[in-house]
Amino acid sequence: MRSVFRAILPVGVTLALAVGLALSTVAPVLAQNAPPRIVIGSGVIEPMPIAIAGFIDEGGAGDYAREISRVVQSDLEGTGLFRAIPEDAHISRVTSFDSTVAYEDWKAINAQVLVTGAVSVSGDRITVKFRAHDVFNGTTLEGAALQFAGTTQGWRRMAHKVADVVYSKITGEGGYFDSRVVFVSESGPKNERLKRLAVMDYDGANVQYLTDSASIVLAPRFSPTGDRILYTSYESGFPRITLMDVGSLDRRSLDEQPGTMTFAPRFSPDGGTVVFSLARGGNTDIYALNLSSGGLSQLTNAPSIETAPSFSPDGSQIVFESDRTGTPQIYVMPASGGEGQRISGGQGRYGTPVWSPRGDLIAFTKQNAGRFHIGVMRTDGSEERLLTASFLDEGPTWAPNGRVLMFTRETSGAGGQASLWSVDITGRNLKQIPTEGPASDPAWSPLLP
Amino acid sequence: MSFAVKSLLLVATLGLAACNNPDRYGAGGAGGAGGIGGAGGIDTTGLGDPNNPASIAYFNQRVGDRVLFAVDQSTLTPEGRQVLAGQAQWLMTNAGYAAIIEGHADEQGTREYNLALGERRAAAVQNFLISQGVTASRLRTISYGKERPLEVCSEEACYAKNRRAVTVLAAGAGV
Repeated sequence: MRSVFRAILPVGVTLALAVGLALSTVAPVLAQNAPPRIVIGSGVIEPMPIAIAGFIDEGGAGDYAREISRVVQSDLEGTGLFRAIPEDAHISRVTSFDSTVAYEDWKAINAQVLVTGAVSVSGDRITVKFRAHDVFNGTTLEGAALQFAGTTQGWRRMAHKVADVVYSKITGEGGYFDSRVVFVSESGPKNERLKRLAVMDYDGANVQYLTDSASIVLAPRFSPTGDRILYTSYESGFPRITLMDVGSLDRRSLDEQPGTMTFAPRFSPDGGTVVFSLARGGNTDIYALNLSSGGLSQLTNAPSIETAPSFSPDGSQIVFESDRTGTPQIYVMPASGGEGQRISGGQGRYGTPVWSPRGDLIAFTKQNAGRFHIGVMRTDGSEERLLTASFLDEGPTWAPNGRVLMFTRETSGAGGQASLWSVDITGRNLKQIPTEGPASDPAWSPLLP
Repeated sequence: MSFAVKSLLLVATLGLAACNNPDRYGAGGAGGAGGIGGAGGIDTTGLGDPNNPASIAYFNQRVGDRVLFAVDQSTLTPEGRQVLAGQAQWLMTNAGYAAIIEGHADEQGTREYNLALGERRAAAVQNFLISQGVTASRLRTISYGKERPLEVCSEEACYAKNRRAVTVLAAGAGV
């Protein structure tokens, strides 16, 4: 059964990074202020007021200039850390990318940061350049004067890259806007749900379907370079881990041992190994498959359920879920396998642990007193924080910068439906990701190159 | 049987879902992995007269095609063992059938854990049937986790019916 879907992912978007555009002359600095800065995780934050001047059309840009400014603003405001001052409140108009910036006009409306930009289009080539300004110091933020060039098809990615640079300069964190999310698109009634794989920009735009809904598909995961996807498929009639090439949509089952079922796959950080659960004869354990040699090794060996493995970013350890004590709890073991050490200690049931790409935290699903939560804890299980609560929240996935989580939220009852939500690691900025229909099992890609 | 069994006269199995599965005749199964997007032929089989002890309808309705489980458990209840003893007897009498045992969980749990739990429940049924004398090669298990609830409310009354293992008869002496 070949998929009828064509590969319509953006292919070969080249983003030339021209660092250090000639800077325009800026007014001499009279008094040195602290540069604009937001520290994530430091208590309640008042969103920083910023101004995004409409990007200038430097030739052939048409709607792209306005749309790119809009996406930059949406990315930054979507973090909950920034508040864009409406354009009709701007005193100054930026009419030329290289003209002197009237910083006093932007100070007057209390913009801490000003983003200026310009777009030009020639044929299917688009060039986007921008500067992020420290308004109160009257300077360009260091390293925030860049140019991106590529095909017009990738225009949203360029807007995301602009926003990623601004976000990074001000928070000191890595960006995450130029990323994709693979997820399960759902339709149909609760007792006969149809599921198909789809991929979208992190903000819900540019949805593409990767499979049809002929078979149940579950829990897709991106490879560390974003070019492959692992998921569980019932296409053979039984649940099996499937590996898909995102560009060609070619796919193959990883394991065909009769009498077993395989699920809950994840890549190792080097992309060469897949860890997953294999169930046989009523017992589920964790295995590792070397993708190049085909070598299979068993990492856990217990009569209980061991599932949901996730590597530490250095590849040395695996966090997983086991019900060996009677309820599901979270354990950490060496990547070579073993019994593991329990790290979850609170009341309730813990599952779907995922190691942060920064290595500092483990996100998880917690079920307690009839509610589900998404939470984070340190890798030794300390400092547990619950970020959400609802009838059913599950399956967190980390943004590439390890500062935001996306997860599935499902409502109760016969009409219950799943949707995608995100929250930052401080528990703020909880919001639904817009999707065409019900959606579940999101998995974030790495930051795109 | 304390629960109603749909009196399906025909079971249509979409070709795609059945490409590796034997044809499925169950009344209380997962609804198949197929869907609107599927393609291929439709196999149609009569379930027979529930008064005929050799019929699939008899197995599904009189013998009982499913057993239920407590929260997080895969231990067979005394009632469950009684149903399964009847299933084993029927399977040994009717050698022309194999069976796929489908394990299911309620929605109170994560997707991965429920897949493992459903497999554990299906295996508990498989092991019991084998212990009663059914040849192992005639039985196969699959877990649907929480993907195919039978009842859709979010209350214990529904959850109790969803925590189940269903023995779905299939054509042929092996699976």
